[in-house]
Amino acid sequence: MKTNDLILQTVTKITVFIIFAYSLTLFFAGHNSPGGGFVGGLITSAGIVLLLLAFDLKTITTILPFDFKKVAALGLLFAAGTGIGSFLFGVPFLTHSFGHFDLPIFGETELATAVLFDTGVYLVVVGVTMTIIQTIGEDDD
Amino acid sequence: MNNVVILPILIPLLTGIILIFFNKYIKVQRWISFCSTLITVLVAGYLVQTVFTDGIQTLQLGSWKAPFGIVLVADMLAAILVLTASIIVFTCLIYSFRNIGKARESYYYYAAVQFLTVGVLGAFLTGDIFNLFVFFEVMLMSSYVLIVIGGTKIQLRESIKYILVNVISSALFVIAVAYLYAVTGTVNIADLSAKISEIGQPGITTVISILFLIVFGLKGAIFPLFFWLPGSYHAPPIPITALFGALLTKVGVYAIIRTFTIIFYHDTGFTHTLIGILAGFTILVGVIGAVAHWDVKKIIIYNILTAVGVILIGVATLTPTSLAGSIYYLVHDMMIKAALFLLVGAMVVITGTSNLRKMGGLITHHPYLGWMFFIAAISLAGIPPFSGFIGKLLIVQGGLQAEHYVLVGAILLSSLLVLYSVMRIFINGFWGEAKLKKEEEKGTTNGLLFPITLLVAISVTLGIGAEWFYPYIDQAAKGLADPTIYIQAVLKE
Repeated sequence: MKTNDLILQTVTKITVFIIFAYSLTLFFAGHNSPGGGFVGGLITSAGIVLLLLAFDLKTITTILPFDFKKVAALGLLFAAGTGIGSFLFGVPFLTHSFGHFDLPIFGETELATAVLFDTGVYLVVVGVTMTIIQTIGEDDD
Repeated sequence: MNNVVILPILIPLLTGIILIFFNKYIKVQRWISFCSTLITVLVAGYLVQTVFTDGIQTLQLGSWKAPFGIVLVADMLAAILVLTASIIVFTCLIYSFRNIGKARESYYYYAAVQFLTVGVLGAFLTGDIFNLFVFFEVMLMSSYVLIVIGGTKIQLRESIKYILVNVISSALFVIAVAYLYAVTGTVNIADLSAKISEIGQPGITTVISILFLIVFGLKGAIFPLFFWLPGSYHAPPIPITALFGALLTKVGVYAIIRTFTIIFYHDTGFTHTLIGILAGFTILVGVIGAVAHWDVKKIIIYNILTAVGVILIGVATLTPTSLAGSIYYLVHDMMIKAALFLLVGAMVVITGTSNLRKMGGLITHHPYLGWMFFIAAISLAGIPPFSGFIGKLLIVQGGLQAEHYVLVGAILLSSLLVLYSVMRIFINGFWGEAKLKKEEEKGTTNGLLFPITLLVAISVTLGIGAEWFYPYIDQAAKGLADPTIYIQAVLKE
């Protein structure tokens, strides 16, 4: 039986961008309000899972041609890398620092190295979640 | 501030991450993990020497002061165990090059071994009880991967039991930390110790200490909580069993030593007597199992229990002599257990079976293997020139000073039965009529002998060169006998 997913697919195409935008908001808001790398990563994966539900696995792997295991490893590299940076400055491991910068659009912004660590967490969460879901999904063939 | 303390954790972590990118290139994986474990051994050796000359090394992660941030503490005990563990990982890794097989190698085996190393070394070095939990989990997650990797039927069955037991014990660990935090308001080990000695360990903290004993006893396989160990350790391939047998239970033992010498040492009449009784029964169960079985792997697995019991008797006695004995025996046992598992693995490779009744006469074609097994066996039992002797001697001496005659008797009797159990492997496996002709053997020992030789040689040096090593052990034991040294090193202004 051939099913018609027109409504599901159309709605998905619109909502997926809202979900991604929301996950990025949560990710960057983590320092001063609830949110951060973990929940941001989970919501990004939820968006990708919605795509997987509306379309099939093959389509999604052509749109997002990442090996998610390596995404997770890249995230770990980010997190460990922010720690190793401390060796260069002669301070204890994982000492974070921050500074105020005058950026073109945002004006004066506070940038902290903790965000780099959080990027690592974000990538690991997305990588691990998607690896689990894709591996189980691919399993029967 | 000394960033060297983090290196034994950081090097395997980075290696593990990098190995994920190369999972299809087996040669590259082997070279990367070989080089990095060698570097870890060298760094660990440097750390031991630094601690020996300059005292306890601490690293306050993220520059946050001690009770508020996570602190890594390398005292002598931790440094020695880091060195021992990294040597064992190095030898088991070389053994795996020949023994583990392409299918497992291309499925993140080396990465899992590196993450296991991160967990073990991290658990030794941390100075924070919740961070200890996290490193326990890092270690256990990697061990779940290693126990199931390859996916044979027996591995799947045993990994379910193993994971169930460890998930429950981890949950108990979290509960115990929560209780302790509710009572004291801190999770830093040095600060905990100071707080508990201020309030003089009232009943509630003794209850929590027993909860910790249950948790670490489940990880370290002490008497009523050992039931998962024989099956689980029998399932995976030999290099993995060797890593587990030499490292995982010893981390549990280390955690018991740490908590019951630095945090809960005010009500020894109850807690340490209990540890002593449990240790006695652990020895009993271990020797019964070792004598009963005809499976070479099972015999060595039950000997793990005996060793855990012997080490804990040293802790229960709590004199500087017996603590030194415990530390010496811990180091000796990690080395010799790894060596024995690898030796038994070589026997299984040759004969294609782990049933002792189907082996025989191996010494006609493999004299070198045979005599190395002989040395390892008598070293395990504690025959004088070898390393098992000094540890047991010190524990017995400490036990006699504290008048624990029953426990001392148990140790001495257990040595006899341990000797009997391993000599049975030697007599039935190596002596007698050769059951297999040279051509009928199932595999070769090429490349397997080098790591075994390395471990046996180190263990022999530990015994013969006891005079060189004793100052290190003594410093470690002094640190355990007097918690104020540790507390001052961590909480100094």
